[in-house]
Amino acid sequence: MPIKTSEQPFLTRLAESEKDHFMQAAVAKAQDAQWDKRTAARQDLGNWAQWRELAEQIRQHVVRYLPDYLEEFADNVEARGGHVFFAKTDDEAADYIKQIAIDKGAQHVVKSKSMVTTEIDLDKKLLEIPGMSVLESDLAEFILEEDDFDEPTHIVFPTLHKNRDQIREIFHNKLGYDGDNDPQHLARFARKYLRASFLQADLGVTGCNFAIADSGMINLVTNEGNADLVMAIPKTQVVVMGMERLVPSLKEAEVLDQMLSRSAVGQKLTSYATFAGRQVDGESDGPEDFYVVIVDNGRSNALGGDFESVLQCIRCGACLNVCPVYRHIGGHGYGSIYPGPIGAVLSPVLRGYKEFGDLPFASSLCGACSETCPVKIPLHKLLIKHREVMENQLHMDHSFNNVLMKGIGVATGTPAMFRMAMGVDHAMFGPLSKQAPISTENFINHGGFVKSAPSLAKGWTDVRDLPRPPKHDENFRAWFKKHKSEASRS
Amino acid sequence: MKVAIFSTCIIDLMFPNVGAAMVEVLERFGCETTLPVKQICCGQPTFNSGYVKETQKVMHNEIDALLGVDADYIVGPAGSCVAMLKEYPEHLKDDPEYAAKAQTLADKTYEFSQFVYRILHVLDAGAQLETTATYHRSCHMTRLLGERTAPFELLKHVDGLTMVPLPHLENCCGFGGMFSVKEPEISRQMVDEKVDSVLSTKAEVLISCDQACLMNIVGRFNRRGEHIKVMHLAEVLNSNVDMDRVQYIDDADLVPGGGTYANQNQ
Repeated sequence: MPIKTSEQPFLTRLAESEKDHFMQAAVAKAQDAQWDKRTAARQDLGNWAQWRELAEQIRQHVVRYLPDYLEEFADNVEARGGHVFFAKTDDEAADYIKQIAIDKGAQHVVKSKSMVTTEIDLDKKLLEIPGMSVLESDLAEFILEEDDFDEPTHIVFPTLHKNRDQIREIFHNKLGYDGDNDPQHLARFARKYLRASFLQADLGVTGCNFAIADSGMINLVTNEGNADLVMAIPKTQVVVMGMERLVPSLKEAEVLDQMLSRSAVGQKLTSYATFAGRQVDGESDGPEDFYVVIVDNGRSNALGGDFESVLQCIRCGACLNVCPVYRHIGGHGYGSIYPGPIGAVLSPVLRGYKEFGDLPFASSLCGACSETCPVKIPLHKLLIKHREVMENQLHMDHSFNNVLMKGIGVATGTPAMFRMAMGVDHAMFGPLSKQAPISTENFINHGGFVKSAPSLAKGWTDVRDLPRPPKHDENFRAWFKKHKSEASRS
Repeated sequence: MKVAIFSTCIIDLMFPNVGAAMVEVLERFGCETTLPVKQICCGQPTFNSGYVKETQKVMHNEIDALLGVDADYIVGPAGSCVAMLKEYPEHLKDDPEYAAKAQTLADKTYEFSQFVYRILHVLDAGAQLETTATYHRSCHMTRLLGERTAPFELLKHVDGLTMVPLPHLENCCGFGGMFSVKEPEISRQMVDEKVDSVLSTKAEVLISCDQACLMNIVGRFNRRGEHIKVMHLAEVLNSNVDMDRVQYIDDADLVPGGGTYANQNQ
């Protein structure tokens, strides 16, 4: 699946998401659980503000000196006998890996979870090879694959939108599973199935949480241990990584693994944290052939510009877990494999505003994302920046709302116009105003409310009642004048 | 001390009761208030919508208006609008004429509860309100302005008032300025969850320090035909005041605000 997961327009996706009550309940439950777990794990570490500061500095440093670290990393991979390929686009990356599979005569590919391989649509590309089998070995990704490559809806918990009954159904229909819907039974079944497949695998594909520049090794964190098997068993391994995913040395990887585990799943560390590379003399396992594919695919659009800090992201998903918009519209609503606040910032950087221009507006700018981000990406500010680029630089909005927004800009900058607005608003609202029903107190105090307004205000009254403004001589400024003159008389 | 009232466009246009309550509370504690007449709006409606160019004049006007009167402090009844004024130095850093003025403005501007608690050192404002209430903690006030505690400290000391914690305090109510107008499909779901949370507390009154969030939440209450009374914190602190109840707090005993989002461990 490429970055875009749906051809449906934004409003259609929103309507579909709203109907998916199971998804909404599952997201809310996961968010609520993570508020507790993540917060506890961070408090447990202590000095969170300072850790964040350090993590931000590490990521900013790497992004600033990216060409140097890429060169150092590539040199070290090659010094250990590995191969490095720089891919400009998704197709270049996927084609290169497909060619490796063909050259090696591979028939059984096993993969561990990797967003960037989803981004380059690798599974589909490999399946073009006759007789090829591709197996996702992360449990959640395995479920999606068996469900005819259903879209992931979270970058850490890709099957958040499915419940145990749906998963049982998928296993039953696709794999002949006859057991009940107990998650333990389902997981045991998947484990047995996956173990058998690992043993016949001839090509392993992993992502990369961090690439260690000074050693040419890669760092992977998982809770299932599947990535370790993907690296240990097949003779050939391909690592796919976004080009920004580097750290200078093990020292910095250790810091970021902490930040990642605590932020993503509220754990001190994941069950497996692995540092590995090509099998070298004296080692009993690991790949004999080791390839690293470094993917740009739009990332360099962010370098040196307003959106550079998005490259600091370590893909922990914490911003999704605190986002009140994601809470309701889920991954499907965003229509990108990168949903939530980070997705709303990153997707337009990678693929442009034509495809993802709606996403930066799908935020109330509450700042929960910026607050939780372990590497201090100012996400809500970047969302405003995207809006600015679209409205001020690209002039993409040609609707009447654009004229109105500019009008609001003039009116809120010109005292005489605002005085006029305060003078006529009560009368203007008159014909629209209703007197009943009023179920609230101290809210509708000036002669009714508006239930249905035209134009830009329609969005407001589609959802809520709007109190009628006070008469000119009853508004706050009139009150203040009266108040002062009474005070001076007494 | 002299206080310039940063009235905010929403209070000017819609809610005189909130502005009046704020002025009365401030004057009760010895502030000499003025209302700069040329002020209009902090600029968030256009700025946050991406019309940054169009917002320059709005920010200039607000700075000229609020700094144009003789005042030691500038106080506003809205965490979000005050947070925007606090961001002016960042937005105007490359503006040779206004960069320094923006900093002057930001340095003397406070949100109402912050000012009452941290500057006036009022712990018990002498108010009395016999009811059960819950408090909506607005996002910009907490995350951008970094004020998480002042309203709660003040509410704790209102005589007769029982405060019930609001579940999912951390979630946005779905207002988000122009977001509420431009994305009603998403905003509706968010405000519905907020209304349900408020209803679950069985509180009689919903209190906040941001009238715009209240306009969103209570507007939805009215549309759904659900009952609630709405009060800005200023109105609560202005209820049945008895000056004999007033208590002050020493600087050293102030509960810290909690800091901006950058310092939080959430």
